[in-house]
Amino acid sequence: MSERKSFGFETRAIHAGAAPDPATGARQTPIYQTTSFVFEDVDDAASLFNLQKVGFIYSRLTNPTVAVLEERLANLEGGAGATATASGHAAQLLALFPLMAPGDGVVASQKLYGGSINQIGTSFPRAFGWQPTFVDTDNPDNVRAAITEKTKAVFVESLANPGGVVTDIEAIARIADEAGIPLIVDNTLATPYLINPIQWGATLVVHSTTKFLSGNGTAVGGVVIDSGTFDWSKSGKYPALSEPDAGYHGLRFHETFGHLAFTIHGHAVGLRDLGPSQAPQNAFLTLNGIETLPLRMQRHVENARKVAEFLEDHPAVGWVSYAGLPSSKYHALAKKYLPKGAGAVLTFGVKGGYEAGVKLVESVELFSHLANIGDSRSLIIHPSSTTHRQLSAEGQATAGAGPDVIRLSIGLESVEDIIADLDQALTKTLG
Amino acid sequence: MSGTTGDHGHYSDAFLRGVLDRVKSIAIVGASADPVKASYFVTKYLRDAGYRVIPINPKMAGQSILGLPVHGSLADLPEPPDMVDIFRNSTAAGGVTDEAIAAGAKVVWMQLGVVNDEAAARAEAAGLTVVMNRCPKMEIQRLYGEIGRIGVNSGVLVTKKQPLKKSFKKLI
Repeated sequence: MSERKSFGFETRAIHAGAAPDPATGARQTPIYQTTSFVFEDVDDAASLFNLQKVGFIYSRLTNPTVAVLEERLANLEGGAGATATASGHAAQLLALFPLMAPGDGVVASQKLYGGSINQIGTSFPRAFGWQPTFVDTDNPDNVRAAITEKTKAVFVESLANPGGVVTDIEAIARIADEAGIPLIVDNTLATPYLINPIQWGATLVVHSTTKFLSGNGTAVGGVVIDSGTFDWSKSGKYPALSEPDAGYHGLRFHETFGHLAFTIHGHAVGLRDLGPSQAPQNAFLTLNGIETLPLRMQRHVENARKVAEFLEDHPAVGWVSYAGLPSSKYHALAKKYLPKGAGAVLTFGVKGGYEAGVKLVESVELFSHLANIGDSRSLIIHPSSTTHRQLSAEGQATAGAGPDVIRLSIGLESVEDIIADLDQALTKTLG
Repeated sequence: MSGTTGDHGHYSDAFLRGVLDRVKSIAIVGASADPVKASYFVTKYLRDAGYRVIPINPKMAGQSILGLPVHGSLADLPEPPDMVDIFRNSTAAGGVTDEAIAAGAKVVWMQLGVVNDEAAARAEAAGLTVVMNRCPKMEIQRLYGEIGRIGVNSGVLVTKKQPLKKSFKKLI
């Protein structure tokens, strides 16, 4: 293909990483459903095992189908490289794994997705000794105040789940940069179509590809994308990347691979030792989804905006949190960071609290009551009775998941049908 | 060889392909026998890709790396190399560039992290092509669909079937 300095997002969403299959000429990316790959000879095997050349050994490390997804997402996020994982949670594990040692800290937003609060707040410290500090990132100074000598990373969501919260990535990236530590941004809800956090200073981007990227609720997966811009050797804080690795005969990843160090380490050490690789079938399904990501996201955000406007005027609704609404306190940040739309996940408060919330999710007919977001179908959940029920009442409130909170993920159905379903179910809560 | 870009911040893919296609012999200044050093990786990779690779290392003159005879300096070479790949720091790259010009090389290539604008200007004034702050191994892997195997963003979009060949030199 003739070279241009940069192709458009829609072009890259279809073509990046996906050359015709070199073995067969297959135009769609084949599913390489194989655990292992033969070596040409002993020297070829040695070169691969020593990382002197890149290729395929074993699908826990690399796989041709998964590699297409990795390059596609690295390209769409403007990163140097990517490591695909079995789920979004595995991506968060892989992102922190090379940075942290027992006793090290991570400063994270207190408004993270509830599952991430569990993972970073409970399991990581218990199992690995990675100490979390959760702060209100609406005031970026809280991040600065929480950073200590032991802090190795800052973790936020570009668009938070479930609250309709937009993070001031540029301000927080500057604080992380001043402290000499990387900023990790979960970009699941926004997708690379709405924002590229790397452009605003993020070092690493993580996704649950299960959501809008795959788009049809078919495949669980995740990815870590590295910007390639962080100097892992400068401070001595990141020995996994800067110091000799005993498993590779004393190789120093950053010295040897430069801006590709994090991505190569992610496969050669992260996936090798932790093991959460993505299945080729899931990578294939997610690639198919990404081909239409720009078109779908345009409709997702258009429908979500119309639903948010409808809810704001409904007598059974106490409040609506959607950063695309002028009433949102995050509206200015949304205009800066998400000019194409504030995502398709929103929360609102149903009048009548917990009981009304239960009534609502049991009364909808078109919406599906389930614990996912980013599907072509419209989804509804009552976080305090489901995803956030493990949290205390105080923890639920802090996470924006109080008893009256309903979370919607607006799908691609006719928006009139989506609104009509909400209207009839909301009316029942008034009954 | 023609084709200097004048813009060392951005080399077009076509320019880099042109350089990597036309050169046949590459002298690697700072080649190492240590199998975990980047210069060893690159020496091995370029040899396997089909280039005639000449390691240059004054401490190892007369010995061999990967079976390739090591020379002490560019001035010791019996014939000029097409390209000199510089694994030295940016300051030292200035002197090596002058030696490359004197040795009759056509291309001076400074490794990732190595930039010396004055030396580049001298080489270009002498008619050489200059690439700085890049790794030829990474560029070959990127331009010929290899680097994506480990999730790296090549920035290259391809819609034509690429022939299956063992070495990249046979691809082009």
